[in-house]
Amino acid sequence: MAEDPRQPLDVRLETPAREGLAGTTSASVYQRLDDPEQITIAPDGRPADLQPAWRRDFPIDWPQDHYVERRDFMKFIVLTSLAFAAGQFWIAAQNWLRRRRGQPEIRRVASLDAVPVGGAVTFAYPQEHDGCILVRMAENEVLAYGQKCTHLSCAVQPLIAEGVLRCPCHEGFFDLASGRPIAGPPRRPLPRVRLDVRNGEIYAIAVEDRTS
Amino acid sequence: MGKPDSLHFFVDPNRCIGCQACVQACTECDTHRGDSMIHLEFIDRATSVQTVPVICMHCDQPTCAEVCPADAIKRTGDGVVQSARKARCIACGNCVLACPFGVPEVYEDRQIMMKCDMCYDRTSVGKKPMCATVCPSQALFFGTREQVEQLRPMSMPVNRFHFGRQTISTRVWMMMPARVAPPQPYVDVTAAMDERPRARTLALTPATPDDPFAEVGV
Repeated sequence: MAEDPRQPLDVRLETPAREGLAGTTSASVYQRLDDPEQITIAPDGRPADLQPAWRRDFPIDWPQDHYVERRDFMKFIVLTSLAFAAGQFWIAAQNWLRRRRGQPEIRRVASLDAVPVGGAVTFAYPQEHDGCILVRMAENEVLAYGQKCTHLSCAVQPLIAEGVLRCPCHEGFFDLASGRPIAGPPRRPLPRVRLDVRNGEIYAIAVEDRTS
Repeated sequence: MGKPDSLHFFVDPNRCIGCQACVQACTECDTHRGDSMIHLEFIDRATSVQTVPVICMHCDQPTCAEVCPADAIKRTGDGVVQSARKARCIACGNCVLACPFGVPEVYEDRQIMMKCDMCYDRTSVGKKPMCATVCPSQALFFGTREQVEQLRPMSMPVNRFHFGRQTISTRVWMMMPARVAPPQPYVDVTAAMDERPRARTLALTPATPDDPFAEVGV
C-alpha cells in the first residue's frame, strides 16, 4: 500500500515518493472514483425535473447514457424468450404440415417421342406454379430440374450444346448433368425432379430439394 | 475503472518552454498515431516566444457535448470528456465551433472528431497522461492537489473561466500567480484578450533551493 498522498512530499525528482509521477504506480493505490451516478448540471443551473425531456433522453454522462432500467431489461428478456418459444412451436407446426402433405402425386409430363434428343420441354410440378424444365440428353437419358434460379428465381434456360443451364438475369450458370451452380451469383443447386419412363411416357414422381 | 479521483491535471503556461515534447509524445500514442491531440499555441508569435500547451479542459458542462446533434460526445463518470463515438459522430464540426478553448478537431479523411481524452487508457489505470510524463519543465503536471501546492507555492490552481457571459468550470486546472489571484479566482478570458503585458521582474531564486526545477517568482 502506498503512502497517503496528503503526506508532505519530497519535491526532488528521484525520490521514491515521486514514483507515481513517472506513471509507474498501479491504480489500486489511489482513492476510488466519483459516484458514477453523478448527474449533469444543465447550463441554466435548474434541477433535473425542470429540464426538457431531451436532456433525460440524451444525457452527456456516460453512466446515464448506458443506464438500463430493470423494468426495460425484464421486458426485453421476457419478450425475447417468448419469441424463441413461439419459434419452436412454429417449427413443429411446419414439420407436422410437411408430413401431412406427403409425397406429391405422380404426373405424366410428356411422351418420350415428343421430346427430340437435345430438346427440352417445360412443365409444372408438383404445383401449378412450380415451373420445371425437362431435357432429353440422350436416347435413354432424361433430366428435369426446377426452373427457378436459386439466386432470385428467374427462369433458367438450357444451353444443351454447352451442357449448362443459364440464368439470363445475372449470368448464373448451372451444370446440366447435376443441376449444381458453376458460375455467377447462385450458390445452391436447382431442385431436381425425379423422372420415370414407362411405356414411352415420362412421369415426374418426386422433387428432390437440395441445399448443397 | 477510471481516472483516480485524487489526481488532477494542472497546466502552468508560465513554465512552458515550447519544446514540443508533449506534441511528439501525443503523436506516438497508438490510439491516434500520427495525430497530436495536444495543440502547442504561440501567444503572440511576432513579439514573444511564449507558448501554451492546449489540452482538453474537461468541462463540468461540456459545451462540445451540449451542441453535438448526434449525441456522440460523452463524459465518463470520472469527469473525463471522451472523443466522439465513432458510431455516432457525423463530423459536422459543431463541437469545433463551440468549444471555447478550441480543443476538438474534425478529421475529414476519417469523418470523425477526435480530441484530447486525458490519455484515458493511461489515466484510467492510474498512470499519468503521455504529455505530463514527458514535459521537462512540468508545465503539464498530473498529480494530487497537495503535490502541486508543494511544488508551486507561488501559484494557485484555477478552474473557472469567463467567456463573455458563459462561465465554465473545468476538471483541468490552470496555474495562476497566487499574488494576483482574486478571492474567488477565475480567468476572464475575453477581458484578457485585450490585456497588454506589464513590465515584470523575474526573481531567479528558486522557491526550493535544492530543486533545479523549482518555481521562480514572476
